[in-house]
Amino acid sequence: MLNKSLSKKRKGFEVLMKALMLLSVGLTVALVLFLLIYVLGQGVPNITWELLSTKPSYLTERIGILPDILNTVYIVLATLLIVLPLGVGAAIYLTEYASNNKLVGIIEYAAETLSGIPSIIYGLVGMLLFSNSMGTCLMAGALTLVIMNLPTIMRTTQESLKTVPQSYREGAFGLGAGKWRVVRTVVLPGCVDGVITGCILSVGRILGESAALLFTAGFAHAVNGIIDGLAAPGATLTVALYVYAKEQGEFGVAFAIAAILMVLTVLINFAAALVQKHFAKRRSL
Amino acid sequence: MSIIFVKDMCLWYGDHQALKNVNIEIPEKSITAFIGPSGCGKSTFLKTLNRMNDLIPGVKITGDICYEGTDIFSKEVDVNNLRKEIGMVFQKPNPFPMSIYDNVAYGPRTHGITNRVQLDEIVERALRDAAIWDEVKDRLKKNALGMSGGQQQRLCIARALAVEPKVLLMDEPTSALDPISTSRIEELVMELKEKYTIVMVTHNMQQAVRVSDYTAFFLLGELVEFGKTDDVFSQPREKRTEDYITGRFG
Repeated sequence: MLNKSLSKKRKGFEVLMKALMLLSVGLTVALVLFLLIYVLGQGVPNITWELLSTKPSYLTERIGILPDILNTVYIVLATLLIVLPLGVGAAIYLTEYASNNKLVGIIEYAAETLSGIPSIIYGLVGMLLFSNSMGTCLMAGALTLVIMNLPTIMRTTQESLKTVPQSYREGAFGLGAGKWRVVRTVVLPGCVDGVITGCILSVGRILGESAALLFTAGFAHAVNGIIDGLAAPGATLTVALYVYAKEQGEFGVAFAIAAILMVLTVLINFAAALVQKHFAKRRSL
Repeated sequence: MSIIFVKDMCLWYGDHQALKNVNIEIPEKSITAFIGPSGCGKSTFLKTLNRMNDLIPGVKITGDICYEGTDIFSKEVDVNNLRKEIGMVFQKPNPFPMSIYDNVAYGPRTHGITNRVQLDEIVERALRDAAIWDEVKDRLKKNALGMSGGQQQRLCIARALAVEPKVLLMDEPTSALDPISTSRIEELVMELKEKYTIVMVTHNMQQAVRVSDYTAFFLLGELVEFGKTDDVFSQPREKRTEDYITGRFG
């Protein structure tokens, strides 16, 4: 009112900023949608029962990804089975037992850094550490993934342990409970959500990992039971995707795998959100 | 008869001395109130009696505390058994996030009782003693966090009673509660002294007068005065006590 030209200028600026922000939001959404639609559009028509239920054969020139699916399941199971006790145990020790705060700080910082290292470096180390001694096999891949996911499991468990109210611990100690009983009966049940969330995040990471496995787990497509499978080389879905697209030019198969991985990722994120919601509800009771 | 003897006790948090040469004898089967302004060390002292201060890093304690003739800091004393004998109720009700039954059974289970019938008996007796049985007997399997604050605090008292302590330490047990819940807890405490020795920290001087038999006044880490509640409030020996209870500071 007092200075019309100034207010006009401001208004113009407002409109411009709003337009720019809308543009970035639009671009983000468009990119995600494009990726989803493109991958699903290219992949879904190529998903057939035969593809999912058979193994590849050079004689009949048939391609099947059953071994890759099984290998993925095996590697997820083996990794979780090893990383869970290690990560949760370390987290419990650091939060509940350790008294040297400086050392705990250093370990937490190291774990934080560890989770930011490019996965190909894990692959390189895993190859030298595991594949050289036990041969290229799924187990060597799983062990590499254990190192990769240890920080995730440890940190999410730790954060969750810190949210368990100190008053619960005091109450239990006040009744004459020993340290381990307090941890087992009062603290751990309160951090189950953190452990589960960590697991889900790790499964997501394992599903999506390829660089570390290229070095360590190999490329074979044989159908095995879990024990034999872990001892033998094998490609997971992501590695198979790489091989089919890059080395065999089978883009249809590659996109089919991509579509499957995409759907799995969405499901995993959904599960993580569900777990968080479930426990948030229980906690607010 | 006194159940706890304290001689020349000092306590440091790092470099800060929080308690200075405390000498006191806590009489058995009676209610002793600790009063004093915030930060005077009364809660710290209370928590020393069952060694809850062990949980805080950097605490150093000198002097003697004897419970039933045993030095509670001696190597032979199992701190878990000490806390079974000397139970604790906290300022804010802190039931565990489990069922009412499991809350009360937590202590007995901790000390090795697994027999279902026996546990049922203990839980019922503890809840009756804490004057909350009638309110909860139909929902023992419900989560304790669904109760009101006053009920939660009485549940915490029941939980403490379930391990059959001889002494019950209460750290401002009513400060987080409404007036009605407060008066119920006060009545309860007065009934409990038939069977238990009760030591209670309170900020509320009327509460100390209403419920306690003995009163200890703490100021700046010192135990200034200790005696029968009637005497402390009607004819305090120390000028500082008089100033505090007449509201001149605090």
